[in-house]
Amino acid sequence: MKGKAHCYLRDHINTDEIIPARYLTMDQEKDLAPHAMEDIDKTFVKKVSEGDFIVAGKDFGCGSSREHAVWALRGAGVKAVIASSFARIFYRNCINNGFLAIECSDASQKIQTGDILTIDLKKGIIYNETKNETYIFTPIPDFAQEIINKGGLMKTITEKVTS
Amino acid sequence: MRSTITEKILAAHSDREHVTPGELINAKIDVIMCHDVTTTPAIDLLKEHGNLPVAYPDRVVIMPDHFVPNKDIKSAEMVAKIRRWAREEKIENFYEVGRHGVCHALLPEQGYVRPGTTIICGDSHTSTHGALGAFATGIGSTDLAAALATGELWFKVPESILFKIHGTLQKGVYAKDVILEIIRKIGVDGALYKTMEFTGEVIENFSIESRMTLCNMTIEAGAKSGIINPDQKTIDYVRARTSQPFEIVTSDPDAEYSQIIDIDISMLKPMVALPHLPSNGKAVSDVGDISIDQAWLGSCTNGRLEDLRIAAEEINGKKVAKNVRMIVVPATSEIWKQANREGLLDIFAEAGATISSPTCGACLGGHMGILAAGERCISSTNRNFVGRMGSPDSEVYLASPATVAASAIAGKIVNPNAYNQDKS
Repeated sequence: MKGKAHCYLRDHINTDEIIPARYLTMDQEKDLAPHAMEDIDKTFVKKVSEGDFIVAGKDFGCGSSREHAVWALRGAGVKAVIASSFARIFYRNCINNGFLAIECSDASQKIQTGDILTIDLKKGIIYNETKNETYIFTPIPDFAQEIINKGGLMKTITEKVTS
Repeated sequence: MRSTITEKILAAHSDREHVTPGELINAKIDVIMCHDVTTTPAIDLLKEHGNLPVAYPDRVVIMPDHFVPNKDIKSAEMVAKIRRWAREEKIENFYEVGRHGVCHALLPEQGYVRPGTTIICGDSHTSTHGALGAFATGIGSTDLAAALATGELWFKVPESILFKIHGTLQKGVYAKDVILEIIRKIGVDGALYKTMEFTGEVIENFSIESRMTLCNMTIEAGAKSGIINPDQKTIDYVRARTSQPFEIVTSDPDAEYSQIIDIDISMLKPMVALPHLPSNGKAVSDVGDISIDQAWLGSCTNGRLEDLRIAAEEINGKKVAKNVRMIVVPATSEIWKQANREGLLDIFAEAGATISSPTCGACLGGHMGILAAGERCISSTNRNFVGRMGSPDSEVYLASPATVAASAIAGKIVNPNAYNQDKS
């Protein structure tokens, strides 16, 4: 997994900023994507390419439970969010969608916008090709990895309900 | 085994003797509440995954509230879709416009919140219902779909922080000021992933409505839930609204907490949270002259009858300042009717405020009071994030209903009269 970093190093970036409520009458990724991160950076969607990463500080995704935040980011091409910590509902929503939320304070402090990163999920390492640095992240918990491997919570429960 | 109320409820709902913080469980859900914004994607998910039916339609309560009465075609289509799905799934508990309300005010009012139960909703302020001794937490649309299909949901058992609130509140200081003070102290991620349990004489003396204000904003400290041990007030409130059985569950006196925080609120002054975080709380008397364009009274935090009574008393024949728009949004249809019977709506209207139908409305920048760039609003709501009530270049200041009302009259952010009179 390789892509470019987009750093928003402030703490407490909330879901209203990731996808403002004025777009919540829509819920399709393709409709939400053009507005991803709009209230924090209007130019974000122009800068981001498929497979890129967002790097942020503490408590990313706090506030409203809107899963639209995950869908908007994924729709815009974001492959993973790397942050010092995540707000609870946003983190659940990431797991349930099979979207990567990676906790790593070290990475959050050292990565700069434009750095090219490679993430090795199995080893739990982020490799910064631009700076030639490596950062070790908190492994994704087993139960979450299981849900992610199955392709999200709905796939997991569909197996259960229909078996 | 010593347990907190939260651990006891989660154990009872996952067929275990006891649970410990950090443990992963599948818990049975007693009430699944659905509102307009997060339910439509859940319906799509159920349909996309082999048309999964709702496992227990009688445990589902549908309360569209964010964009109702519908503000545009898209929001009307959303609710139309939910209505069709409810009919297909034979979900009887649907609260149509006219009987509607902000879901976190309506759910307890209509008797769906009982002590010892588990409640989820695709809304972060679901923590409100812990005020009646239930485990209640906000989740996303995928979680909602999964719970609708199975009747249960995965949880990591949270650690609990115990807040012992002591002292006597000064006049003009309310539950909203207490929770703004707590969030100021611990920060917007001060209780991340944890349960905030409240106890102490201040909580005992609080009305059920004030307890709801307190638990409602625990999410603004990052908490999974807020909770208060049920007492006689809780039992009386719930008994008056439902004949369904419930069991009183309370924390053991020697239960383990990750932290115990003692707070004496005797010296607490009316608070205002400055933009753009709920943790930016300051005493109103310390913020200087801040003029306002709008005063907004309502929401799941502070749109209940007690709040309207307090605000009406502040206004008491006075007029809203010339350059200020005051918008009053009773949280439910029943609250609207009762406020009307008590003459509260007259007081607001005569003062030059406008009164809206119940809705979440402008609290989240939906409708009914959106802010333009450069505008400033004092609001009894729960979030003052960038762009929360409209333009990303507007500002939201959070305060109690009394402070909102007093500020509407003064045209700038000021202490409630009730507080000033007590000091003079």
